[in-house]
Amino acid sequence: MFSDYSLAELGSIFVMQGFAGLILFSVFVLMALGLAIIFGQMGVINMAHGEFMILGAYVTYFTSQFFLNHLPALFTAYFFVAMILAFIASGALGMFIEWAMIRRLYKRPLDTLLATWGLSLILQQLYRSVFGPREVGVELPQWMMGSLPLTDTIEVQINGLFVMGLTIAITVVVAVLMYKSSWGKQVRAVVQNRVMAGAVGINTEKVDRYTFGLGCGIAGVAGSAFTMIGSTGPTSGQLYIVDTFLVVVFGGAQSLLGTIASAFTISQAQSTMEFFLSGSMAKVLTLLGVVIILMLRPQGLFVIKVRR
Amino acid sequence: MSSNNDNSSKFSATRRKLLMGMAALPAVPLLSQAGLFSTPAFAQAPATSAVNTTGLAVTDTEVTVGILHSVTGTMAISETGSVQAEKLAIDQINAMGGVLGRKIKFIQEDGASDWPTFAEKAKKLLVNDKVAAIMGCWTSASRKAVLPVVEQYNGMLYYPTFYEGLEQSKNVIYTGQEATQQILAGLDWVQKTKAGKTFYLIGSDYIWPRTSMKIARKHIEGHLKDSSVVGEEYFPLGHTQFNSVINKIKLKKPDVIYAAVVGGSNVAFYKQLKAAGIDLSKQTLLTISVTEDEIDGIGGENFAGAYSCMKYFQSLDNPNNKDFVAAFKKMWGEKTVIGDVTQAAYLGPWLWKMTVEKAGSFDVDKIAAASAGIEFSKAPEGYVKIHPNHHLWSKTRVGQAQLDGQFKVVFETPDLIEPDPFPKGYQ
Repeated sequence: MFSDYSLAELGSIFVMQGFAGLILFSVFVLMALGLAIIFGQMGVINMAHGEFMILGAYVTYFTSQFFLNHLPALFTAYFFVAMILAFIASGALGMFIEWAMIRRLYKRPLDTLLATWGLSLILQQLYRSVFGPREVGVELPQWMMGSLPLTDTIEVQINGLFVMGLTIAITVVVAVLMYKSSWGKQVRAVVQNRVMAGAVGINTEKVDRYTFGLGCGIAGVAGSAFTMIGSTGPTSGQLYIVDTFLVVVFGGAQSLLGTIASAFTISQAQSTMEFFLSGSMAKVLTLLGVVIILMLRPQGLFVIKVRR
Repeated sequence: MSSNNDNSSKFSATRRKLLMGMAALPAVPLLSQAGLFSTPAFAQAPATSAVNTTGLAVTDTEVTVGILHSVTGTMAISETGSVQAEKLAIDQINAMGGVLGRKIKFIQEDGASDWPTFAEKAKKLLVNDKVAAIMGCWTSASRKAVLPVVEQYNGMLYYPTFYEGLEQSKNVIYTGQEATQQILAGLDWVQKTKAGKTFYLIGSDYIWPRTSMKIARKHIEGHLKDSSVVGEEYFPLGHTQFNSVINKIKLKKPDVIYAAVVGGSNVAFYKQLKAAGIDLSKQTLLTISVTEDEIDGIGGENFAGAYSCMKYFQSLDNPNNKDFVAAFKKMWGEKTVIGDVTQAAYLGPWLWKMTVEKAGSFDVDKIAAASAGIEFSKAPEGYVKIHPNHHLWSKTRVGQAQLDGQFKVVFETPDLIEPDPFPKGYQ
């Protein structure tokens, strides 16, 4: 396969391929972080995760339209506004759903699967009725399109860099929130023992609501960022849900570090195999690998000990 | 026993309609004399008993057809345009006096992007509603699910989507292109004008792209001079990450990227191609899966410069199409776009109307027999004609995408291309 190419060409392809793997890694982390908080920390199997992402994508679309029509001078910076709005919108919807539905189901974690699956169908049809069944195209400011030539033959995608930067920033914020703030301590206390946490004076209802809201908000930001690389339509959320659960479950549901490690493993394996094999075959092998490892290690890559 | 019952009930239903028809007859001249009855078509309408011998939903003033597409679920994105086009055609036919003096009434059912649902709804339309024809289906999977139903209950299906071929039925009229009509002329064109020698084939992983790519590969390797395929790739439906394959394309440097990626993957593919610095005004890309509808989601700036091989583009410059586009926008809004399949869906009701008029009957058997040779000169794509194999003679066109999401037609076959659903040497 490589005999016809010069060393320089091969070198630059490997650099770009490594970069493609890193972008895929960032995308996986970004889409899985919200779910890792909700599924991992709260034990809620949120099948509507993709729909919270798409709400963020639609918010981005409407923000871009608003800036195009009313503030064309500031169009270059609209994306940052859109991400904040996406976080607020998805987070608010998440808190409302937690209040209306999820909080009644904490004692029946398996039922959350069915309930949130129903929610995802309802949201999809809602988007379809309100925003129309066709996909919308989100226009990007000029500086976010195209690629950055590092050398003559090596080019890196600007939106890929953007997603990477965003992922690092959000991961750091979440890590600090979870492991350094007093709110994070409360969340972890509730996860480990809800009754005991309540007994020592933690308002578990409030903690639950904000945690769920945070997870959904991050999903919204991810959806907003993915308008750069994917489609925005009523059912686009479904494109992400399988990979998202794959990453979270493979990593070990209760560990943020596990999520990151698993995203890294899966993305590198998949992007390397996609390069050497065909697309469908790479996916098959990735899934097969994950299934085998989960058979040997059902708890996932990383676990924290939790008293049940 | 039960078949006897069926016969007798059918007979009595016909007789009842006959009686109703006779009862209505003397009233018609009276009304028109009084000037109350201003639509002349109704006065000339042949008796229901004569045009409907199989118990279809035909009355003296109305005929019922079915519209069967997904308005919910994943496929709603694509099928909405077809529903709109069919409703427009029915509206226009009614404004002209209907079919055999009868207004078309439609019953719309939702296939919900689910193939068994399509089959169930088709059965409902044929058995309960007794529709005279069904305009419907979009994906090959939905057509394959509906096909045994329309064959068993002897219905008539007008199917709008370009598809992989390898099918022919008395009960189906295929108003879109079959694979060879869409692929061969486009490949010939790209080889000639773009000096395309090396091709990279990329598609979604299901029957239509795989069959199409098989035909494309055979044509490239067997019929185009000095040409070869340097890569062939399929991705699962809904795949969203294309960076690895884009690197592979960069490495192989093909003259032509030949793409049949569909759905949400389509958007991801072109956005990432653009981001990876592949400039479609320099790198030739020919696709058979992007129409004006898809560009809405992809974004004109991400797709500008690429070529699409279709039989219809919204920008076609002919009087039929100008009228069609104006009427479509008037009915469905200024911002709606019209893709290849939408136009093919628009042909369905018209071809059915003309066939009914030629046959002088709504009976499915007579329509199936009368279909061959039906010509529609007012089609937006230009003149079309039904082949005895129930596909359409039509032209192949290549359009180059512009920034505004429209296509500039750069090539059109001089003659109509004969439909060949079972191409020899390509299987």
